[in-house]
Amino acid sequence: MGQIIGLITGILFGFLLQKGEVLRFEKQVGFMLLKDMTIIKFMFSAVLVGMVGIYSLAGAGVINLSLKSTNVGAIIIGGLLFGIGWAVAGYCPGTSVGALAEGRVHAIWAILGMLVGAAAYAEAYPALKSSVIGWGNYGKITLPQVLGVSPWVVIVAFILIGLGMFYWFEKKDL
Amino acid sequence: MNLSLFSSRWSPYAAGALVGILAVLSVVVTTAVLDKPKYLGASTTFVRAVGFIEQSVAQEHVAQNVYFNAKKIKVDWQMLFVAGVFVGALISSRMGKTSQLETVPPIWEKRFGPSATRRAVGAFIGGAILMFGARLAGGCPSGHGLSGNMQLAVSGLLALVFFLIGGIITARMLYGGQSWDK
Repeated sequence: MGQIIGLITGILFGFLLQKGEVLRFEKQVGFMLLKDMTIIKFMFSAVLVGMVGIYSLAGAGVINLSLKSTNVGAIIIGGLLFGIGWAVAGYCPGTSVGALAEGRVHAIWAILGMLVGAAAYAEAYPALKSSVIGWGNYGKITLPQVLGVSPWVVIVAFILIGLGMFYWFEKKDL
Repeated sequence: MNLSLFSSRWSPYAAGALVGILAVLSVVVTTAVLDKPKYLGASTTFVRAVGFIEQSVAQEHVAQNVYFNAKKIKVDWQMLFVAGVFVGALISSRMGKTSQLETVPPIWEKRFGPSATRRAVGAFIGGAILMFGARLAGGCPSGHGLSGNMQLAVSGLLALVFFLIGGIITARMLYGGQSWDK
């Protein structure tokens, strides 16, 4: 049952990624060169809508959060490595698969590279676990917890920042 | 605003907002049906997929690997989700007539030339580095970027900021200084 739900969710996600034109190397790298904000418009729209939905339903007790740990050292080093590889490949893990489907055949090399990267990480994991991954672990925390405010204060702030950015992108034709 | 299934593109704001709704629905449905919330994510699937491949040649080695054991090599919700992305993008690009055969993207070609081999090597190396980084960071732009930030997770915001810093600096070094026509 989980697999069927996953497949349907993935089909809808892939459909929306393709319609939003975010699967393209040109859009991904175009953002990194700060020339084309399509992927940021897409991503922030999703996040702003999602945070309202998630916190409304979590507040009503319908769903639970599923947070990832805040391992500061691992996230900073891993995040930078991700960014370096992302600029070269022009795809992230989710978009690579969809890009291949819309005809960007070179994405297959990025996907094969990702599999090799995953295998290398599995080998390196024991050494990393006893070093980098332990550097600055603050556990599963949220911004409202850290700031000591209601989540809705943070959500309203994000929405205002997001709308301001969207206005600026459109004004500058980015 | 045209949101016909056959139109070539949707506004990124509209498509993104619909992804936000999809992400919330996914959590609601999986909580109700599977009793466990599934937030969107993609990169763990690459670990499981390569685990399956390695199992076929070195079963013992995989069985002893701590990381593969922690992530459990299985065909699960997320692996079908990633497969679904392929199917969904295929359907959308066919319906909107936006499929395009591309072996070397234009920005890459301007900098590194038309060689498909050179592009393949670049994409492969880039893919390997980014996946190692994503696993170390604990997620990719789906798991951290979308799902983490929707939950207002500190880890999601921190990861997204460093994804962007790494990407922007590297892209500028690699492709900066090109003339740009959108």
